[in-house]
Amino acid sequence: MPSAERIEELLETRRDVGATPVARFEIRYSRYLDPKGNPVRPLPDFARDPGELVSLYRGMVLARRFDAKAVALQRTGRLGTFASSLGQEAVSVGVASAMRADDVLLPSFREHGGQLLRGVSPVELLLFWGGDERGSDFAEACEDFPVCVPVGTHAPHAVGVALAFKLRREKRVAACIFGDGATSKGDVAEALNVAGVWNLPAVFLINNNHWAISVPVSQQTAAETLAQKAISAGIEGEQVDGNDVIAVREATARALAKARAGGGPHLIEALTYRLGDHTTADDASRYRSGPDVSAHWAEDPITRLRNYLVAERLWGKTDEEKLLGEVSGAIERAAETYLATPPQGPETIFDYTYERLPKDLVEQREAALGAVQR
Amino acid sequence: MPEITLVEAVNLALARAMADDATVLVLGEDVGVDGGVFRATNGLLKRFGKERVLDTPLAENVIAGMSVGLAAQGFRPVAEIQFSGFIYPTIDQLANHASRLRTRTRGRLTCPMVVRSPSGGGIRAVEHHSESPEAMFAHIPGLRVVVPSSPARAYGLLLAAIRDPDPVVFLEPTRLYRASREEVDDDGMALPLDRCFVLREGTDITLVTWGATTKEVLAAADTLAAEGVSAEVIDVATLKPLDTDGVLESVAKTGRCVIVHEAPVTCGVGAEIAARIAERGLVSLLAPIERVAGWDTVMPLYRLEQQYLPSEARILAAVRRVLAYQ
Ligand SMILES: Cc1ncc(C[n+]2csc(CCOP(=O)(O)OP(=O)(O)O)c2C)c(N)n1
Ligand SMILES: [Mg+2]
Repeated sequence: MPSAERIEELLETRRDVGATPVARFEIRYSRYLDPKGNPVRPLPDFARDPGELVSLYRGMVLARRFDAKAVALQRTGRLGTFASSLGQEAVSVGVASAMRADDVLLPSFREHGGQLLRGVSPVELLLFWGGDERGSDFAEACEDFPVCVPVGTHAPHAVGVALAFKLRREKRVAACIFGDGATSKGDVAEALNVAGVWNLPAVFLINNNHWAISVPVSQQTAAETLAQKAISAGIEGEQVDGNDVIAVREATARALAKARAGGGPHLIEALTYRLGDHTTADDASRYRSGPDVSAHWAEDPITRLRNYLVAERLWGKTDEEKLLGEVSGAIERAAETYLATPPQGPETIFDYTYERLPKDLVEQREAALGAVQR
Repeated sequence: MPEITLVEAVNLALARAMADDATVLVLGEDVGVDGGVFRATNGLLKRFGKERVLDTPLAENVIAGMSVGLAAQGFRPVAEIQFSGFIYPTIDQLANHASRLRTRTRGRLTCPMVVRSPSGGGIRAVEHHSESPEAMFAHIPGLRVVVPSSPARAYGLLLAAIRDPDPVVFLEPTRLYRASREEVDDDGMALPLDRCFVLREGTDITLVTWGATTKEVLAAADTLAAEGVSAEVIDVATLKPLDTDGVLESVAKTGRCVIVHEAPVTCGVGAEIAARIAERGLVSLLAPIERVAGWDTVMPLYRLEQQYLPSEARILAAVRRVLAYQ
């Protein structure tokens, strides 16, 4: 790395002072509650309704309980590899809480909180992570996309969904969440670009948890922010405190309203931190230190909102106990239902490959069933 | 009935599908104002408007990916990839999403989309414009792969592909785009997918092919006929799923088979066809199967492309070896 002076020197020699500036950009960062839960600016309108705040709180607590249960099930051999959202609950909960029921969510694989809020059931999520396709056959939120495992590949889908809304003149928005790692990918850049060109009703949200498995965001890009990736696509970008659910919800709500009104797409970078391992198959101690991670617990989105609610006398010990009891009960019941769900028959491997099964597959299906029966 | 070329038949089918079904959209690079670099989408913008014929930015992955989103939302996107050499970025979307959306959501979301692309060599094109990538798609479960070989079949098969409830890769042999004319009735009748076509009946040997090489194969069959050899010519047309029975019936009759395709021989669709004959039709074979295909080389620049493409002479040589086998 050249020294700072040397970089300045290089810039000076390259800068043509006679040239005319033709474009200027800025990226803003917003936060309402500091990590202790103290307001740092007047809260947005929706936050005056205690019911709204409590439902955000509940959404995050539910996500955390779900994560804990899923990890426990994995550790005891009753669930496959699982990606926890520990510490990042405010991101997808904030996004989903701002959406309308008939908007479409296109999540990555770490957005359980938002999916649950959208009406995807915890049983469905457990089925998916438990290796059962029925987990993506949502009974509610049935236009939402399933979890997307190939990083960033769902951003182009959001473009298609948003284009469908625009062509049908529906006041609906596609909301797509992906990680910081995904922003390095060409398909994400392509998607942002097309959304910009066609002024589509799409909101893209970067869940910047600072890690892509072992790779820190500093190795992902030389840009100061990920939000500025919007600039090259000609769309608006902004940064929010991704551990402040009020900030995430407010930014998303504004972006959705703009998109719904025909104002085009928007990119929000939510800054958060992955407190857990990448997945249950990962050991994060190989690439980051315990104390570094522990320091980030001070930013915990759930404690932050609770502190605010308690300070405002909107929340007390009995509320907390009641909520925890209710949420734990719901998750436990979901886990029981999941565990009691028998696997699908082997014929289902074949039955959804095409609407009408081609002859080849009819034969293979018979062979597979025969092999099973033997 | 007008006589039209293959590329005009593609255009006719697109227009028919769009007129019949308001959810059919055409999208891709230069498909609008320009009517496509080969003019396959000529006139569609004017007739159907810019909400049904979309000039996209130059980005193949998102062309395929947005088609997945559109299809999941109930549209029937027909995406054009301008040249076969630039189709590879779509494989991510086709293999990871389009082909498995129905499976992974247990039918909640489906993907009735078509990716069309010119394919194959023989038109003295610049580098990366002459490849035959069909086998890469044929390996993907959940896709259909269709290659037409005449104007009438292009019309009927493309209509079928657009109406199909699952994703279809439709590879149009560039070499045949304007090679011949044929009467095509714009009757809106689709041809069956998953079925091969017997282009010429015969009794001595089965020649199996698809796409552009039907031309050389039919020429070879003519030459053979003059020599008193009766060759049956099969156009596979739908490479995935493959109509095994159609091929087996013919081989049962002739006992001899040569498979001809332009794509590189190794792991080409010809290998699959040969394997199926070996599995199910071995007893009817009187001679080993031969494949006449592109070499396992990089597609040469056009000065040497005729040495790459299966020629009538190479086909005839293989046929003679197979016929001579005792
Ligand atoms: C295209 C692709 N490459 C690699 C992987 C393997 N992989 C899974 S998650 C991941 C890191 C993703 O990082 P980020 O986008 O920041 O999301 P996060 O996991 O932090 O939520 C990688 C490399 C993948 N799933 N998809
Ligand atoms: Mg990350």
